[in-house]
Amino acid sequence: MTAAATDVGTAMAAAIPAVSAHGVTKSFGHVRALRGASFEAFPGQVTALVGDNGAGKSTLIKVLAGVIPPDEGEVRVDGEPVHFTDPLDAKRRGIETVYQDLALVPDLDAAANVFLGRELRRMRFLHDHAEMRRRTRNAFVELGVGLVQDMRVPVASFSGGQKQGVAIARSAMWASRVIIMDEPTAALGVIQTAKVLELIERIRDKGLAVIFIAHNLPQVLQVADRIEVLRLGRRVARFGRGEADVDRLIAAISGAYTNDEPT
Amino acid sequence: MSTAMAPEPVDNGGDARTRRSIARAVLANPTMVTFGALAVIILAFSALAPGLFTQGSNFVQLAQNVAILTVVSVGTTFVIITAGVDLSIPSGIVLGQVFAVQALKLLPLGEGTTAFDATANQTTALSVLVAVTAALLGGLIIGLINGVVVAYLRVPPLLATLGTLGAGLGVALILQDGVNSATYALDPVGNGALIAGIPNLIPIALVVVIAGFVLLHLSVFGRHTYAIGSNPEAARRVGINVERHLLKVYVLGGVASGLAGFLSLSYFSTTSIGGFSTANLQAITAVALGGTSLFGGVGSIIGTLIGVWIPAVLKNGFIITGVQPYWQDVAVGFVLIAAVWFDQLRRRSRDRG
Ligand SMILES: Nc1ncnc2c1ncn2[C@@H]1O[C@H](COP(=O)(O)OP(=O)(O)OP(=O)(O)O)[C@@H](O)[C@H]1O
Ligand SMILES: [Mg+2]
Repeated sequence: MTAAATDVGTAMAAAIPAVSAHGVTKSFGHVRALRGASFEAFPGQVTALVGDNGAGKSTLIKVLAGVIPPDEGEVRVDGEPVHFTDPLDAKRRGIETVYQDLALVPDLDAAANVFLGRELRRMRFLHDHAEMRRRTRNAFVELGVGLVQDMRVPVASFSGGQKQGVAIARSAMWASRVIIMDEPTAALGVIQTAKVLELIERIRDKGLAVIFIAHNLPQVLQVADRIEVLRLGRRVARFGRGEADVDRLIAAISGAYTNDEPT
Repeated sequence: MSTAMAPEPVDNGGDARTRRSIARAVLANPTMVTFGALAVIILAFSALAPGLFTQGSNFVQLAQNVAILTVVSVGTTFVIITAGVDLSIPSGIVLGQVFAVQALKLLPLGEGTTAFDATANQTTALSVLVAVTAALLGGLIIGLINGVVVAYLRVPPLLATLGTLGAGLGVALILQDGVNSATYALDPVGNGALIAGIPNLIPIALVVVIAGFVLLHLSVFGRHTYAIGSNPEAARRVGINVERHLLKVYVLGGVASGLAGFLSLSYFSTTSIGGFSTANLQAITAVALGGTSLFGGVGSIIGTLIGVWIPAVLKNGFIITGVQPYWQDVAVGFVLIAAVWFDQLRRRSRDRG
């Protein structure tokens, strides 16, 4: 466990969040998905974002990732207000997202996926696949993604956990500040889930802010350094490691418990 | 716990495993299968007609015959890898011819004549340049319209290019008043041989094949072409401008057709407004035979090259061995079905989720 991980959620005033949302609202027609939501994720910590279906978790992280602009409120990166107009803006600030559907290209190999859109080039228009493959292999070794012998096959032939590994490794390679993962373990079995959680911890230990959405509360309690609870588009509770248990989380998710003043 | 993401079957080592995986890799590679088919066909005809079929001159003749189809098939390989299709190839070819002819008519040659009226020994580099530029422009216009309609208006490519197929042929007929025109101005290109013994069409097609290979397999452009055919949403999320890329791919297909128009005008010394009506289907057949998936994301230039040769070799072989050449159509039809079926099987076994 890192030093940062021992901090508690309510005593974060000193540290500056890698990314944060302040009083963000977002409506889709009549649906008010976010109603003054705030959120903070700190470097070197796994911040879990939990909440009931429809609480606004995915909407919130899309705002942080530059996919959708907020109606009101502010997103800050390292404490500075930013206005993302598209996901590339967020990527330029070192914020990468592992989407629920992974967004891999099934017919290309792992290296081509990892470098898609950011290919290493030779003579300006050719791609340097050998070098991309080498760097991908190194990144996989460093992160503990065991695909080293499968570097040539298209990712379509990978298992669900392996694909998840490629998607996370891709984000980890490019993220310099924040990695957002929307339910990265939802479709995985026990063993593969354990490996993904371990991967998340490794990325956290590299000093990145990891944002992790999950419905599996024991999993959240195991991996998260901080937990923020979203309910009806607003943050209702936040916990440091060891401050919450399953019962209290469920109480917060369902509205029976709160420790966060609406901002 | 700290190494492998997913529990793969334990590597029990040894040559057997390697050999099995090589065999699997070969079978999983559609290009290898098609190449095997071509090899078998050539061997069979060589046995049936010893001496005749394997003559060098026969192969040079064959290569010249397939040159024009090769050029358009290289272009259409890109289109099909994006999960698209280009039915407008015939109109690209014919517009290429017609634009070239019209441009030659605008180029004065003195005494009231134009480059169009030139005899074969009056050909100049300028008239060739003018004709090729005009032909490429003709193809480019068709490709541009295809690209805009498919990528930005989101009309399914089958219908978009069916539309430009009809419209382009119509424009060609209007420009020509419904009749073909003959010109010998480009004869040295189409029927000459800069390299002794090898007609020009062959090295020209070869250059197109090499350029297509580099662009598809070695360039970032090619990589993005695969990505868009395989999962356009993933391409979009990493910041690739999918619409603009699709536009470029259709322009590429159109330009290849225009070039084919120039080559056919040089070779046949006449426009042929009704002459290439099945070039689109032939090109799609060649590309599909070569293992390029009609569902997008998979394909190769080498495969297309083989796919172009299979029907040609079959036809040639049937003629040489005295079988009715119409059997070629029958054989190619079934080989095509088999190739696409094979692609389906491969996909199903591959997508294990
Ligand atoms: N693009 C959209 N158009 C209309 N409504 C939307 C859109 N995106 C989200 N919503 C609505 O906003 C609300 C919050 O959705 P969101 O996806 O953020 O919830 P979530 O917390 O991620 O839920 P889940 O746990 O089910 O993934 C829901 O009522 C949803 O229907
Ligand atoms: Mg969600």
